[in-house]
Amino acid sequence: METGLTFLLENFVTLTVTGLTLGAIYALIALGYTMVYGVLQLINFAHSEVFMYGTFAATWAVMALGGAPRGSLTEIIGWLLAALVAAVATSAGIALLLERVAYRPLRRRGAPRLIALISAIGASFVLAEIIGLRDKITGAVGLDDQLSEYVRNAREGTGFPQIVKTRVLFDLGDYGVTNVDVIVISSALVMMLLLDLFVNRTRLGRGIRAVAQDSETAALMGVNSDRIVQLTFLLGGVAAGVAAVLYMIQVGSTRFNAGFLLGVKAFTAAVLGGIGNLRGALVGGFVLGLAENYGSAIIGTQWQDVVAFLLLVVILLFRPTGLLGESLGKVRT
Amino acid sequence: MSGSSVVAKPTIRQSFSARVAALPKPVKIALWVGLVVLLYLLPVLDPPLLSTPDTNFGGVLFTVATYSLVALGLNIVIGYAGLLDLGYVGFYAVGAYTVAVLTSEHASWPLLLAVPVAVVASLVSGVILGVPTLRVRGDYLAIVTLGFGEIIRLVAVNSEWLGSAAGISNLGKPPSIQLFDIPHLSWDGIVASVDLDDTSAFLVFGVVDRTPYYWLALTILLLVLWADILIKNSRVGRAWEATREDEDVAELMGVPTFKFKLLAFAMGAFIGGLAGALYASKQGFISPNSFLLLFSILFVAAVVVGGQGNRWGVVAGAALVAYLPERFREFTEWRVLVFGLALMLLAIFRPQGLLPPRRSVRARRLDERLGAIEGRGQTNA
Repeated sequence: METGLTFLLENFVTLTVTGLTLGAIYALIALGYTMVYGVLQLINFAHSEVFMYGTFAATWAVMALGGAPRGSLTEIIGWLLAALVAAVATSAGIALLLERVAYRPLRRRGAPRLIALISAIGASFVLAEIIGLRDKITGAVGLDDQLSEYVRNAREGTGFPQIVKTRVLFDLGDYGVTNVDVIVISSALVMMLLLDLFVNRTRLGRGIRAVAQDSETAALMGVNSDRIVQLTFLLGGVAAGVAAVLYMIQVGSTRFNAGFLLGVKAFTAAVLGGIGNLRGALVGGFVLGLAENYGSAIIGTQWQDVVAFLLLVVILLFRPTGLLGESLGKVRT
Repeated sequence: MSGSSVVAKPTIRQSFSARVAALPKPVKIALWVGLVVLLYLLPVLDPPLLSTPDTNFGGVLFTVATYSLVALGLNIVIGYAGLLDLGYVGFYAVGAYTVAVLTSEHASWPLLLAVPVAVVASLVSGVILGVPTLRVRGDYLAIVTLGFGEIIRLVAVNSEWLGSAAGISNLGKPPSIQLFDIPHLSWDGIVASVDLDDTSAFLVFGVVDRTPYYWLALTILLLVLWADILIKNSRVGRAWEATREDEDVAELMGVPTFKFKLLAFAMGAFIGGLAGALYASKQGFISPNSFLLLFSILFVAAVVVGGQGNRWGVVAGAALVAYLPERFREFTEWRVLVFGLALMLLAIFRPQGLLPPRRSVRARRLDERLGAIEGRGQTNA
């Protein structure tokens, strides 16, 4: 493939738009990491699986409705909403389950944070393998025939029925911006705005900020910190569910291990923007998406991931608290 | 403190170690020698239940020994110095690739010459990574090292010079000298007999019988263990401990914490590179798939499962992590699932690891006793 600086300049608009759509998905997943980290100082390693379950829920919901709709716009919107509801509900449910099973018992015992990371890694393996072995698991209980449409080829990719036909809406430079690009970027922005309003303007949001700043004092002031932690996981799960649907519209297929690399990238985005900072997650996601696209245009797509990690290392060296600093979390020494 | 009225009951392990400590010195030495001899003879004894039916037992033991080596190295970084490294496989890869490049692809050095270079290359990469990153805070270090591990792998995938995705084959072997053959035991139920057809040649590094590689790895493991004991009990070990417990206080007490963290990082990288070089030589070929992020996570799991900070604990943890999947190959499909479940259960029910270091056990007990005196309940921070 052609690479180099001239290639970058010639395709600048294309690379920018696709970079932003990529970054929008990173940003939405990064929200989950950044909120949990802000409140618990815990890397929720299994958050990538929360996202992955969302992608499967969206796919299966559409399959249960009989595949992609052929009809009118209202039908398309209905299908999308069904996928969205399924993905958000599943992701939020998995996030809450994770909190309950893998983290809360540890918090009760005051276990060191490294142990929580180990528990998170274990939970991540279990969740991913349940999807990766779903044919064997349903086979063991004798349901694989009824469900074969959903469980076959468990270790291979699962395609998403094309609900939204890609259409060029308008031209920007020499790139035709598609409806999918618009949907992905605008949904991410709206989601981020809503979440930001929720955390900064509502009573529950104030609780989250209080626990993030100082959980003991917050508890003394009457904040139920267990509830707040649950709420944090719930919000992260909702964002991951939205990300899952957008990802499926854009990429169109998922796998049992699809969350892994995306999760690592999203966490990178969160750190890049300043972990614990919601707006930082947005900025970090977009910066990472753009940097990956520009970087791979200059030195080749096979170096895309290297660009991402190098960017992280460089940013951390010169600005250890990320681009926007840490704001949800307390100021730590 | 010992005069306090609240005295914790000694655990089984304590009374066991107390009993061992009370033995006269010659007996203790004899016990250690016996244990070491047993370890060397393990592949020849081929004990039933323990032995692996589907793969060469010597090869499995080699893997166990290499993982133990890796865990010892990572334990210096995580357990002693308290730095979470999620990209340890990067150093392992640097060691392995240096050996591969020097002994097959671009030069044909003898292995014994390539290994020191590999180890030094790995150490240098540790310093290069450590100097800029050790100044960032703990969790960021985790993610930066994770990025480093991936970068190393991706560079290998994308460089023609490093064999791209196919990797490098025909690596150098350690020099062989055939002195004598050692027959294996063969077991029929609990009755053992000497099987003269099934032998391990001393000392031929072959492809089928991996036992000599195990002997080599075990020797290196024992040497590193010895060095580990020496360094942990020295000034350096105490400096690490102080840095881990409270960096600011340590700095105020005159410990140059950055230098010691860098030293821990470099030593960890050194041992990681050594393990990687060993692995590459035994395998005969390497490809980027041997250095996935998953392995970094497995290594961290081995250290934490065993009890970070306790060298015997991490060796035991590594042995479990390496051995169990090999022993239960018939459940290959399910093993990641079971491994994940085991990690979760362990984290929830035994968060301090299987064999926590004595110091942290002591600290915890002291904390509990103080709590009892002050009349506060279980701390739930």
